[in-house]
Amino acid sequence: MSAGAIIMMVIGLGTVWGGAFVTILIALSADKKNNLKPEGSK
Amino acid sequence: MREVWQSRKGFIFAAAGAAIGLGNLWRFPFQAYKNGGGAFLLPYFVALITCAIPLMIMEYAYGRQIRGGAVKAFTNLKKKFEIFGWIQVMIPIVVMTYYSTIISVSLVFMLYSLGHAFGIVNWLSDPGPVMGMVTGSAENALDLGAGISIYILIAVIFVWLANWLIVKKGISGGIEKMSKIFTPMLMIMMVVFMVNAVRLNGSAIGLEALFKPDFSKIMDPGIWVSAYAQVFFSTTLAVGVMIAYGSYLNKKADIVNSAFITVFLNSSFDLAAGVLVFSTLGYLVQTMGVEFTSFGTGAGVAFIAFPIAISTMSSNVVVQGLLGFLFFFCLFIAGLTSSISMLESFATAALDKFKISREKLVTIIALFGFAGSVCFASYAGFNYILDIVDAYVGNIVIAGIGLIEVVLISYIYGTKELRQQANEFSDFKVGRWWDILLKYFTPLLLGAVVVTNIVNLFTGLLSMDTIGVIAQIVFGWGIVLIMIGASVVFYKRKWTTSSVNE
Repeated sequence: MSAGAIIMMVIGLGTVWGGAFVTILIALSADKKNNLKPEGSK
Repeated sequence: MREVWQSRKGFIFAAAGAAIGLGNLWRFPFQAYKNGGGAFLLPYFVALITCAIPLMIMEYAYGRQIRGGAVKAFTNLKKKFEIFGWIQVMIPIVVMTYYSTIISVSLVFMLYSLGHAFGIVNWLSDPGPVMGMVTGSAENALDLGAGISIYILIAVIFVWLANWLIVKKGISGGIEKMSKIFTPMLMIMMVVFMVNAVRLNGSAIGLEALFKPDFSKIMDPGIWVSAYAQVFFSTTLAVGVMIAYGSYLNKKADIVNSAFITVFLNSSFDLAAGVLVFSTLGYLVQTMGVEFTSFGTGAGVAFIAFPIAISTMSSNVVVQGLLGFLFFFCLFIAGLTSSISMLESFATAALDKFKISREKLVTIIALFGFAGSVCFASYAGFNYILDIVDAYVGNIVIAGIGLIEVVLISYIYGTKELRQQANEFSDFKVGRWWDILLKYFTPLLLGAVVVTNIVNLFTGLLSMDTIGVIAQIVFGWGIVLIMIGASVVFYKRKWTTSSVNE
Protein backbone atom coordinates (compact mmCIF):
# COMPACT_ATOMS: atom_id res chain seq x y z
CA MET A 1 0.00 0.00 0.00
CA SER A 2 1.20 3.51 -0.74
CA ALA A 3 1.98 5.94 2.08
CA GLY A 4 -0.90 8.19 0.98
CA ALA A 5 -3.43 5.35 1.21
CA ILE A 6 -2.12 4.26 4.62
CA ILE A 7 -2.26 7.81 5.99
CA MET A 8 -5.83 8.34 4.72
CA MET A 9 -6.92 4.98 6.14
CA VAL A 10 -5.45 5.83 9.55
CA ILE A 11 -7.02 9.32 9.48
CA GLY A 12 -10.38 7.92 8.38
CA LEU A 13 -10.64 5.07 10.83
CA GLY A 14 -8.98 7.07 13.60
CA THR A 15 -11.41 9.97 13.28
CA VAL A 16 -14.65 8.01 13.37
CA TRP A 17 -13.60 5.25 15.74
CA GLY A 18 -11.73 7.74 17.92
CA GLY A 19 -14.76 10.04 17.84
CA ALA A 20 -17.06 7.21 18.90
CA PHE A 21 -14.65 6.14 21.65
CA VAL A 22 -14.17 9.64 23.09
CA THR A 23 -17.88 10.53 23.07
CA ILE A 24 -18.77 7.21 24.74
CA LEU A 25 -16.11 7.90 27.40
CA ILE A 26 -17.61 11.35 27.98
CA ALA A 27 -21.06 9.79 28.34
CA LEU A 28 -19.82 7.18 30.80
CA SER A 29 -17.99 9.72 32.95
CA ALA A 30 -21.01 12.06 32.91
CA ASP A 31 -23.31 9.21 33.96
CA LYS A 32 -20.89 8.29 36.74
CA LYS A 33 -20.78 11.90 37.94
CA ASN A 34 -24.58 12.17 37.88
CA ASN A 35 -24.92 8.94 39.85
CA LEU A 36 -22.58 10.29 42.52
CA LYS A 37 -24.60 13.50 42.94
CA PRO A 38 -27.21 13.54 45.68
CA GLU A 39 -30.73 13.14 44.30
CA GLY A 40 -32.40 16.30 43.08
CA SER A 41 -29.21 18.32 42.85
CA LYS A 42 -29.30 18.53 39.07
CA MET B 1 -48.53 8.38 29.98
CA ARG B 2 -45.86 8.36 27.25
CA GLU B 3 -43.33 5.56 27.29
CA VAL B 4 -39.65 6.40 27.82
CA TRP B 5 -36.40 4.60 27.08
CA GLN B 6 -35.38 2.67 30.16
CA SER B 7 -31.68 3.42 29.73
CA ARG B 8 -29.41 5.66 27.73
CA LYS B 9 -27.59 2.60 26.44
CA GLY B 10 -30.87 1.21 25.10
CA PHE B 11 -31.67 4.47 23.32
CA ILE B 12 -28.19 4.76 21.75
CA PHE B 13 -28.24 1.16 20.55
CA ALA B 14 -31.72 1.60 19.07
CA ALA B 15 -30.77 4.86 17.32
CA ALA B 16 -27.45 3.47 16.07
CA GLY B 17 -29.23 0.30 14.94
CA ALA B 18 -31.71 2.46 13.03
CA ALA B 19 -28.93 4.41 11.33
CA ILE B 20 -26.78 1.37 10.52
CA GLY B 21 -28.43 -0.52 7.71
CA LEU B 22 -27.78 -2.63 4.65
CA GLY B 23 -26.91 0.47 2.62
CA ASN B 24 -23.85 1.13 4.79
CA LEU B 25 -22.29 -2.02 3.48
CA TRP B 26 -22.12 -1.01 -0.17
CA ARG B 27 -23.04 2.66 -0.43
CA PHE B 28 -20.12 4.29 1.42
CA PRO B 29 -17.35 2.07 -0.01
CA PHE B 30 -18.34 2.73 -3.61
CA GLN B 31 -19.05 6.42 -3.06
CA ALA B 32 -15.49 6.77 -1.73
CA TYR B 33 -14.05 4.59 -4.50
CA LYS B 34 -15.75 6.65 -7.25
CA ASN B 35 -15.10 10.04 -5.69
CA GLY B 36 -11.39 10.42 -5.06
CA GLY B 37 -10.72 7.48 -2.70
CA GLY B 38 -9.10 8.73 0.51
CA ALA B 39 -9.66 12.33 -0.59
CA PHE B 40 -13.43 11.71 -0.29
CA LEU B 41 -12.94 11.50 3.48
CA LEU B 42 -12.41 15.26 3.68
CA PRO B 43 -15.87 16.26 2.35
CA TYR B 44 -17.30 13.26 4.21
CA PHE B 45 -16.01 14.51 7.57
CA VAL B 46 -17.07 18.08 6.83
CA ALA B 47 -20.55 16.74 6.01
CA LEU B 48 -20.64 14.80 9.28
CA ILE B 49 -19.88 17.90 11.33
CA THR B 50 -21.96 20.39 9.37
CA CYS B 51 -24.96 18.28 8.42
CA ALA B 52 -25.42 14.91 10.16
CA ILE B 53 -24.58 15.95 13.73
CA PRO B 54 -26.51 19.27 13.71
CA LEU B 55 -29.58 17.58 12.18
CA MET B 56 -29.39 14.66 14.61
CA ILE B 57 -29.26 17.07 17.57
CA MET B 58 -32.19 18.99 16.08
CA GLU B 59 -34.36 15.87 15.60
CA TYR B 60 -33.62 14.45 19.06
CA ALA B 61 -34.16 17.79 20.78
CA TYR B 62 -37.33 18.70 18.92
CA GLY B 63 -38.80 15.21 19.33
CA ARG B 64 -38.13 15.25 23.07
CA GLN B 65 -39.47 18.77 23.44
CA ILE B 66 -42.81 18.20 21.72
CA ARG B 67 -43.13 14.60 22.96
CA GLY B 68 -44.31 13.37 19.58
CA GLY B 69 -43.43 11.94 16.19
CA ALA B 70 -43.11 13.73 12.86
CA VAL B 71 -46.82 14.51 12.43
CA LYS B 72 -47.08 16.20 15.81
CA ALA B 73 -43.72 17.87 15.14
CA PHE B 74 -44.95 19.62 11.99
CA THR B 75 -48.42 20.31 13.42
CA ASN B 76 -46.77 22.01 16.37
CA LEU B 77 -45.18 24.51 14.00
CA LYS B 78 -48.43 25.30 12.18
CA LYS B 79 -51.60 23.25 11.77
CA LYS B 80 -51.45 23.12 7.98
CA PHE B 81 -47.86 21.83 8.07
CA GLU B 82 -49.22 18.54 9.44
CA ILE B 83 -49.32 17.29 5.84
CA PHE B 84 -45.49 17.38 5.71
CA GLY B 85 -45.42 15.15 8.78
CA TRP B 86 -47.59 12.56 7.06
CA ILE B 87 -45.50 12.65 3.89
CA GLN B 88 -42.39 12.23 6.04
CA VAL B 89 -43.68 9.13 7.84
CA MET B 90 -44.99 7.65 4.58
CA ILE B 91 -41.40 7.49 3.34
CA PRO B 92 -40.20 4.79 5.75
CA ILE B 93 -43.30 2.70 5.06
CA VAL B 94 -42.71 2.84 1.30
CA VAL B 95 -38.98 2.19 1.78
CA MET B 96 -39.84 -0.68 4.12
CA THR B 97 -41.91 -2.39 1.40
CA TYR B 98 -38.83 -2.92 -0.78
CA TYR B 99 -36.19 -2.91 1.97
CA SER B 100 -37.93 -5.93 3.51
CA THR B 101 -37.41 -7.88 0.27
CA ILE B 102 -33.64 -7.26 0.42
CA ILE B 103 -33.63 -8.43 4.05
CA SER B 104 -35.55 -11.46 2.82
CA VAL B 105 -32.77 -12.37 0.40
CA SER B 106 -30.35 -12.33 3.38
CA LEU B 107 -32.72 -14.68 5.18
CA VAL B 108 -32.89 -17.04 2.19
CA PHE B 109 -29.09 -16.98 1.89
CA MET B 110 -28.77 -17.74 5.61
CA LEU B 111 -30.74 -20.92 5.07
CA TYR B 112 -28.80 -21.79 1.93
CA SER B 113 -25.57 -21.31 3.89
CA LEU B 114 -26.80 -23.79 6.47
CA GLY B 115 -27.65 -26.13 3.60
CA HIS B 116 -24.09 -25.68 2.36
CA ALA B 117 -22.70 -26.48 5.82
CA PHE B 118 -24.74 -29.68 6.03
CA GLY B 119 -23.78 -30.75 2.51
CA ILE B 120 -27.30 -30.39 1.09
CA VAL B 121 -26.41 -27.77 -1.51
CA ASN B 122 -23.01 -26.56 -2.67
CA TRP B 123 -23.45 -23.01 -3.89
CA LEU B 124 -21.07 -20.55 -2.18
CA SER B 125 -18.37 -20.82 -4.83
CA ASP B 126 -20.91 -20.11 -7.57
CA PRO B 127 -23.76 -18.03 -6.12
CA GLY B 128 -25.00 -16.75 -9.48
CA PRO B 129 -27.50 -19.58 -10.16
CA VAL B 130 -28.93 -19.40 -6.61
CA MET B 131 -29.19 -15.60 -6.83
CA GLY B 132 -30.88 -15.98 -10.22
CA MET B 133 -33.28 -18.57 -8.83
CA VAL B 134 -34.19 -16.39 -5.82
CA THR B 135 -34.56 -13.06 -7.60
CA GLY B 136 -35.61 -14.36 -11.03
CA SER B 137 -35.54 -12.19 -14.10
CA ALA B 138 -37.81 -9.94 -16.08
CA GLU B 139 -37.40 -8.03 -19.33
CA ASN B 140 -38.21 -4.65 -17.84
CA ALA B 141 -40.18 -2.92 -15.08
CA LEU B 142 -43.45 -3.34 -16.98
CA ASP B 143 -42.96 -7.09 -17.41
CA LEU B 144 -45.29 -7.81 -14.49
CA GLY B 145 -46.26 -11.22 -15.86
CA ALA B 146 -42.68 -12.50 -15.53
CA GLY B 147 -43.51 -14.15 -12.24
CA ILE B 148 -43.00 -13.85 -8.53
CA SER B 149 -40.20 -15.15 -6.34
CA ILE B 150 -41.67 -17.70 -3.98
CA TYR B 151 -38.44 -17.55 -1.94
CA ILE B 152 -38.68 -13.82 -1.33
CA LEU B 153 -42.43 -14.05 -0.80
CA ILE B 154 -42.11 -16.64 1.98
CA ALA B 155 -39.09 -14.94 3.57
CA VAL B 156 -40.75 -11.53 3.52
CA ILE B 157 -43.61 -12.95 5.62
CA PHE B 158 -41.05 -13.76 8.33
CA VAL B 159 -39.43 -10.33 8.01
CA TRP B 160 -42.75 -8.55 8.55
CA LEU B 161 -43.64 -10.99 11.32
CA ALA B 162 -40.38 -10.18 13.13
CA ASN B 163 -41.02 -6.45 12.73
CA TRP B 164 -44.60 -6.80 13.93
CA LEU B 165 -43.58 -8.85 16.98
CA ILE B 166 -40.97 -6.29 18.05
CA VAL B 167 -42.77 -3.01 17.31
CA LYS B 168 -46.12 -4.04 18.78
CA LYS B 169 -44.39 -4.49 22.14
CA GLY B 170 -43.52 -0.81 22.19
CA ILE B 171 -40.36 1.10 22.92
CA SER B 172 -38.93 -0.37 26.12
CA GLY B 173 -40.54 -3.81 25.83
CA GLY B 174 -39.75 -4.37 22.16
CA ILE B 175 -37.35 -2.05 20.32
CA GLU B 176 -35.04 -1.27 23.26
CA LYS B 177 -34.77 -4.88 24.42
CA MET B 178 -34.07 -6.14 20.92
CA SER B 179 -31.58 -3.36 20.07
CA LYS B 180 -29.56 -3.96 23.24
CA ILE B 181 -28.87 -7.48 21.98
CA PHE B 182 -28.68 -7.06 18.21
CA THR B 183 -26.81 -3.76 17.74
CA PRO B 184 -23.71 -4.71 19.79
CA MET B 185 -23.83 -8.18 18.22
CA LEU B 186 -23.83 -6.58 14.76
CA MET B 187 -20.87 -4.36 15.64
CA ILE B 188 -18.82 -7.23 17.04
CA MET B 189 -19.55 -9.42 14.01
CA MET B 190 -18.62 -6.57 11.69
CA VAL B 191 -15.25 -6.08 13.40
CA VAL B 192 -14.55 -9.82 13.27
CA PHE B 193 -15.39 -9.98 9.54
CA MET B 194 -13.32 -6.85 8.90
CA VAL B 195 -10.23 -8.18 10.70
CA ASN B 196 -10.58 -11.48 8.87
CA ALA B 197 -10.88 -9.69 5.50
CA VAL B 198 -7.74 -7.60 6.13
CA ARG B 199 -5.80 -10.86 6.64
CA LEU B 200 -6.67 -12.09 3.13
CA ASN B 201 -4.09 -12.10 0.34
CA GLY B 202 -4.67 -9.10 -1.88
CA SER B 203 -6.49 -7.05 0.73
CA ALA B 204 -3.80 -4.36 0.36
CA ILE B 205 -4.76 -3.98 -3.32
CA GLY B 206 -8.34 -3.31 -2.29
CA LEU B 207 -7.44 -0.92 0.50
CA GLU B 208 -5.11 0.94 -1.86
CA ALA B 209 -8.01 1.36 -4.31
CA LEU B 210 -10.31 2.57 -1.54
CA PHE B 211 -7.99 4.91 0.35
CA LYS B 212 -5.45 6.19 -2.19
CA PRO B 213 -6.27 9.90 -2.25
CA ASP B 214 -6.89 11.75 -5.49
CA PHE B 215 -6.91 15.32 -4.22
CA SER B 216 -7.45 16.71 -7.73
CA LYS B 217 -11.11 15.76 -7.31
CA ILE B 218 -11.59 17.80 -4.13
CA MET B 219 -12.44 20.97 -6.08
CA ASP B 220 -15.23 19.18 -7.94
CA PRO B 221 -18.56 20.34 -6.40
CA GLY B 222 -20.13 17.00 -7.38
CA ILE B 223 -17.97 15.22 -4.81
CA TRP B 224 -19.16 17.52 -2.05
CA VAL B 225 -22.78 16.90 -3.01
CA SER B 226 -22.08 13.14 -3.02
CA ALA B 227 -20.52 13.37 0.46
CA TYR B 228 -23.49 15.29 1.83
CA ALA B 229 -25.93 12.87 0.23
CA GLN B 230 -24.00 9.89 1.63
CA VAL B 231 -23.95 11.29 5.17
CA PHE B 232 -27.57 12.43 5.04
CA PHE B 233 -29.06 9.19 3.71
CA SER B 234 -26.81 6.97 5.82
CA THR B 235 -27.92 8.42 9.15
CA THR B 236 -31.69 7.86 8.69
CA LEU B 237 -32.47 11.55 9.03
CA ALA B 238 -35.63 13.28 7.82
CA VAL B 239 -37.83 10.18 7.84
CA GLY B 240 -39.37 10.76 11.25
CA VAL B 241 -37.33 8.01 12.93
CA MET B 242 -35.02 10.15 15.05
CA ILE B 243 -37.83 12.58 15.97
CA ALA B 244 -39.90 9.59 17.13
CA TYR B 245 -37.00 8.06 19.05
CA GLY B 246 -36.21 11.46 20.60
CA SER B 247 -39.83 11.80 21.72
CA TYR B 248 -39.40 8.81 24.06
CA LEU B 249 -36.38 10.37 25.78
CA ASN B 250 -36.59 11.30 29.41
CA LYS B 251 -36.94 15.08 29.94
CA LYS B 252 -33.51 15.13 31.57
CA ALA B 253 -31.77 12.97 28.99
CA ASP B 254 -28.61 14.06 27.21
CA ILE B 255 -29.17 15.15 23.62
CA VAL B 256 -25.94 16.56 22.23
CA ASN B 257 -23.52 13.79 23.12
CA SER B 258 -26.05 11.09 22.19
CA ALA B 259 -26.30 12.65 18.72
CA PHE B 260 -22.50 12.66 18.39
CA ILE B 261 -22.31 9.01 19.51
CA THR B 262 -25.04 7.90 17.08
CA VAL B 263 -23.39 9.64 14.12
CA PHE B 264 -19.89 8.41 15.00
CA LEU B 265 -21.10 4.81 15.46
CA ASN B 266 -22.81 4.93 12.09
CA SER B 267 -19.70 6.36 10.44
CA SER B 268 -17.54 3.78 12.17
CA PHE B 269 -19.72 1.16 10.53
CA ASP B 270 -19.36 2.98 7.17
CA LEU B 271 -15.58 2.88 7.37
CA ALA B 272 -15.49 -0.70 8.67
CA ALA B 273 -17.74 -1.72 5.76
CA GLY B 274 -15.34 0.05 3.40
CA VAL B 275 -12.39 -1.94 4.75
CA LEU B 276 -14.37 -5.20 4.72
CA VAL B 277 -15.76 -4.79 1.19
CA PHE B 278 -12.56 -3.58 -0.47
CA SER B 279 -10.27 -6.04 1.33
CA THR B 280 -12.55 -8.81 0.10
CA LEU B 281 -12.74 -7.38 -3.42
CA GLY B 282 -8.94 -6.96 -3.43
CA TYR B 283 -8.67 -10.63 -2.56
CA LEU B 284 -10.97 -11.55 -5.45
CA VAL B 285 -9.10 -9.20 -7.82
CA GLN B 286 -5.84 -10.95 -6.96
CA THR B 287 -7.09 -14.54 -6.94
CA MET B 288 -9.69 -14.44 -9.74
CA GLY B 289 -8.56 -11.54 -11.88
CA VAL B 290 -11.91 -9.74 -11.63
CA GLU B 291 -12.32 -5.97 -11.36
CA PHE B 292 -13.53 -3.98 -8.38
CA THR B 293 -16.84 -3.25 -10.07
CA SER B 294 -17.31 -6.73 -11.57
CA PHE B 295 -20.07 -7.47 -9.05
CA GLY B 296 -21.71 -4.07 -9.47
CA THR B 297 -21.66 -1.30 -6.92
CA GLY B 298 -24.75 -2.31 -4.98
CA ALA B 299 -26.27 -5.34 -3.32
CA GLY B 300 -24.47 -7.65 -5.78
CA VAL B 301 -21.31 -7.13 -3.77
CA ALA B 302 -22.91 -8.65 -0.68
CA PHE B 303 -24.89 -11.39 -2.40
CA ILE B 304 -22.40 -12.47 -5.10
CA ALA B 305 -18.87 -11.36 -4.18
CA PHE B 306 -19.01 -12.35 -0.51
CA PRO B 307 -20.25 -15.93 -1.00
CA ILE B 308 -17.42 -16.48 -3.52
CA ALA B 309 -14.86 -15.01 -1.12
CA ILE B 310 -16.20 -17.10 1.77
CA SER B 311 -15.98 -20.27 -0.32
CA THR B 312 -12.25 -19.75 -0.81
CA MET B 313 -11.43 -18.96 2.82
CA SER B 314 -11.58 -22.61 3.86
CA SER B 315 -11.70 -25.92 2.05
CA ASN B 316 -14.06 -27.30 4.70
CA VAL B 317 -17.70 -26.96 3.58
CA VAL B 318 -18.95 -26.84 7.17
CA VAL B 319 -16.72 -23.84 7.92
CA GLN B 320 -17.71 -22.21 4.63
CA GLY B 321 -21.41 -22.70 5.35
CA LEU B 322 -21.15 -21.39 8.91
CA LEU B 323 -19.17 -18.34 7.77
CA GLY B 324 -21.82 -17.70 5.12
CA PHE B 325 -24.57 -18.09 7.70
CA LEU B 326 -22.90 -15.61 10.06
CA PHE B 327 -22.31 -13.09 7.27
CA PHE B 328 -25.93 -13.15 6.09
CA PHE B 329 -27.16 -13.15 9.69
CA CYS B 330 -25.11 -9.95 10.10
CA LEU B 331 -26.93 -8.47 7.07
CA PHE B 332 -30.27 -9.65 8.44
CA ILE B 333 -29.68 -7.92 11.79
CA ALA B 334 -28.47 -4.72 10.09
CA GLY B 335 -31.69 -4.73 8.07
CA LEU B 336 -33.99 -5.63 10.95
CA THR B 337 -32.74 -2.94 13.38
CA SER B 338 -33.37 -0.37 10.63
CA SER B 339 -36.72 -1.71 9.52
CA ILE B 340 -38.22 -1.66 13.03
CA SER B 341 -37.29 2.02 13.27
CA MET B 342 -39.11 2.67 9.98
CA LEU B 343 -42.23 0.98 11.27
CA GLU B 344 -41.95 2.87 14.56
CA SER B 345 -41.71 6.22 12.77
CA PHE B 346 -45.20 5.77 11.30
CA ALA B 347 -46.57 4.08 14.43
CA THR B 348 -45.48 6.95 16.70
CA ALA B 349 -46.97 9.53 14.35
CA ALA B 350 -50.29 7.71 14.03
CA LEU B 351 -50.54 6.98 17.76
CA ASP B 352 -50.08 10.69 18.43
CA LYS B 353 -53.12 11.52 16.31
CA PHE B 354 -55.47 8.57 16.56
CA LYS B 355 -56.90 6.84 19.58
CA ILE B 356 -56.02 3.26 18.68
CA SER B 357 -54.11 0.52 20.44
CA ARG B 358 -50.47 0.09 19.41
CA GLU B 359 -51.01 -3.59 18.70
CA LYS B 360 -53.95 -2.97 16.38
CA LEU B 361 -52.17 -0.13 14.59
CA VAL B 362 -48.94 -2.06 14.06
CA THR B 363 -50.94 -5.04 12.77
CA ILE B 364 -52.70 -2.85 10.20
CA ILE B 365 -49.44 -1.23 9.04
CA ALA B 366 -47.71 -4.61 8.83
CA LEU B 367 -50.53 -6.04 6.69
CA PHE B 368 -50.51 -3.07 4.30
CA GLY B 369 -46.70 -3.11 4.24
CA PHE B 370 -46.63 -6.80 3.46
CA ALA B 371 -49.07 -6.23 0.57
CA GLY B 372 -46.64 -3.63 -0.79
CA SER B 373 -43.72 -6.03 -0.36
CA VAL B 374 -45.53 -8.63 -2.49
CA CYS B 375 -45.16 -6.24 -5.47
CA PHE B 376 -41.40 -6.12 -4.89
CA ALA B 377 -41.23 -9.89 -4.54
CA SER B 378 -42.22 -10.11 -8.20
CA TYR B 379 -39.34 -10.53 -10.66
CA ALA B 380 -40.03 -7.17 -12.29
CA GLY B 381 -40.49 -5.58 -8.88
CA PHE B 382 -37.24 -6.81 -7.36
CA ASN B 383 -35.06 -6.33 -10.43
CA TYR B 384 -36.41 -3.04 -11.79
CA ILE B 385 -39.20 -1.30 -9.85
CA LEU B 386 -37.20 -1.36 -6.61
CA ASP B 387 -34.47 0.85 -8.10
CA ILE B 388 -37.00 3.28 -9.57
CA VAL B 389 -38.93 3.70 -6.32
CA ASP B 390 -35.68 4.03 -4.37
CA ALA B 391 -34.46 6.78 -6.71
CA TYR B 392 -37.67 8.79 -6.23
CA VAL B 393 -38.70 8.10 -2.64
CA GLY B 394 -35.40 7.00 -1.10
CA ASN B 395 -33.49 9.94 -2.56
CA ILE B 396 -35.49 12.88 -3.87
CA VAL B 397 -38.46 12.85 -1.50
CA ILE B 398 -36.29 12.29 1.60
CA ALA B 399 -33.90 15.10 0.73
CA GLY B 400 -36.82 17.39 -0.19
CA ILE B 401 -38.73 16.77 3.03
CA GLY B 402 -35.44 17.07 4.97
CA LEU B 403 -34.95 20.51 3.47
CA ILE B 404 -38.51 21.54 4.43
CA GLU B 405 -38.02 20.15 7.95
CA VAL B 406 -34.78 21.96 8.68
CA VAL B 407 -36.07 25.28 7.31
CA LEU B 408 -39.39 25.14 9.18
CA ILE B 409 -37.94 24.04 12.52
CA SER B 410 -35.02 26.47 12.34
CA TYR B 411 -37.05 29.50 11.34
CA ILE B 412 -40.42 28.91 13.01
CA TYR B 413 -39.56 27.10 16.23
CA GLY B 414 -36.17 28.81 16.38
CA THR B 415 -32.70 27.40 16.75
CA LYS B 416 -31.84 29.51 19.80
CA GLU B 417 -34.64 28.09 21.93
CA LEU B 418 -34.04 24.56 20.67
CA ARG B 419 -30.30 24.86 21.37
CA GLN B 420 -30.98 25.88 24.96
CA GLN B 421 -33.30 22.91 25.38
CA ALA B 422 -30.78 20.53 23.79
CA ASN B 423 -27.94 21.85 25.94
CA GLU B 424 -29.84 21.85 29.24
CA PHE B 425 -28.98 18.32 30.38
CA SER B 426 -26.29 17.42 27.87
CA ASP B 427 -22.77 16.16 28.68
CA PHE B 428 -21.38 19.05 26.65
CA LYS B 429 -23.02 21.94 24.87
CA VAL B 430 -23.26 23.25 21.33
CA GLY B 431 -22.67 26.92 20.64
CA ARG B 432 -24.06 29.43 18.18
CA TRP B 433 -22.27 27.67 15.35
CA TRP B 434 -25.08 25.12 15.48
CA ASP B 435 -27.72 27.81 14.79
CA ILE B 436 -25.73 29.14 11.84
CA LEU B 437 -25.27 25.70 10.33
CA LEU B 438 -28.96 24.81 10.62
CA LYS B 439 -30.25 28.14 9.35
CA TYR B 440 -27.95 28.75 6.42
CA PHE B 441 -25.45 26.02 5.66
CA THR B 442 -27.45 22.78 5.93
CA PRO B 443 -30.45 24.06 3.88
CA LEU B 444 -28.07 25.24 1.17
CA LEU B 445 -26.31 21.88 0.92
CA LEU B 446 -29.55 19.88 1.15
CA GLY B 447 -30.97 22.10 -1.58
CA ALA B 448 -27.94 21.23 -3.72
CA VAL B 449 -28.55 17.51 -3.07
CA VAL B 450 -32.22 17.87 -4.11
CA VAL B 451 -31.39 19.83 -7.28
CA THR B 452 -28.59 17.44 -8.25
CA ASN B 453 -30.84 14.41 -7.76
CA ILE B 454 -33.63 15.97 -9.84
CA VAL B 455 -31.23 16.97 -12.63
CA ASN B 456 -29.75 13.44 -12.64
CA LEU B 457 -33.23 12.00 -12.80
CA PHE B 458 -34.25 14.07 -15.82
CA THR B 459 -30.96 13.61 -17.67
CA GLY B 460 -31.32 9.88 -16.99
CA LEU B 461 -34.75 9.95 -18.66
CA LEU B 462 -33.21 11.31 -21.86
CA SER B 463 -31.05 8.24 -22.29
CA MET B 464 -33.91 5.78 -21.71
CA ASP B 465 -36.14 4.00 -24.18
CA THR B 466 -39.93 4.46 -24.18
CA ILE B 467 -40.56 1.56 -21.79
CA GLY B 468 -37.98 2.93 -19.38
CA VAL B 469 -39.58 6.38 -19.41
CA ILE B 470 -43.08 4.93 -18.90
CA ALA B 471 -41.80 2.82 -15.99
CA GLN B 472 -40.21 5.89 -14.40
CA ILE B 473 -43.47 7.82 -14.67
CA VAL B 474 -45.71 4.98 -13.50
CA PHE B 475 -43.60 3.65 -10.63
CA GLY B 476 -41.58 6.75 -9.77
CA TRP B 477 -44.04 9.60 -9.95
CA GLY B 478 -46.91 7.15 -9.38
CA ILE B 479 -45.67 6.14 -5.95
CA VAL B 480 -44.95 9.77 -5.04
CA LEU B 481 -48.56 10.67 -5.94
CA ILE B 482 -49.92 7.72 -3.95
CA MET B 483 -47.83 8.84 -0.95
CA ILE B 484 -49.13 12.37 -1.17
CA GLY B 485 -52.71 11.10 -1.64
CA ALA B 486 -52.47 8.84 1.41
CA SER B 487 -50.93 11.68 3.41
CA VAL B 488 -53.87 13.93 2.52
CA VAL B 489 -56.31 11.24 3.70
CA PHE B 490 -54.58 10.98 7.10
CA TYR B 491 -54.23 14.76 7.30
CA LYS B 492 -57.97 15.30 6.72
CA ARG B 493 -58.97 12.96 9.51
CA LYS B 494 -59.75 14.47 12.89
CA TRP B 495 -57.41 14.20 15.85
CA THR B 496 -58.93 11.72 18.24
CA THR B 497 -56.32 12.21 20.95
CA SER B 498 -55.60 15.36 22.94
CA SER B 499 -51.92 14.92 22.08
CA VAL B 500 -51.66 17.98 19.82
CA ASN B 501 -52.85 20.33 22.54
CA GLU B 502 -50.48 19.05 25.20
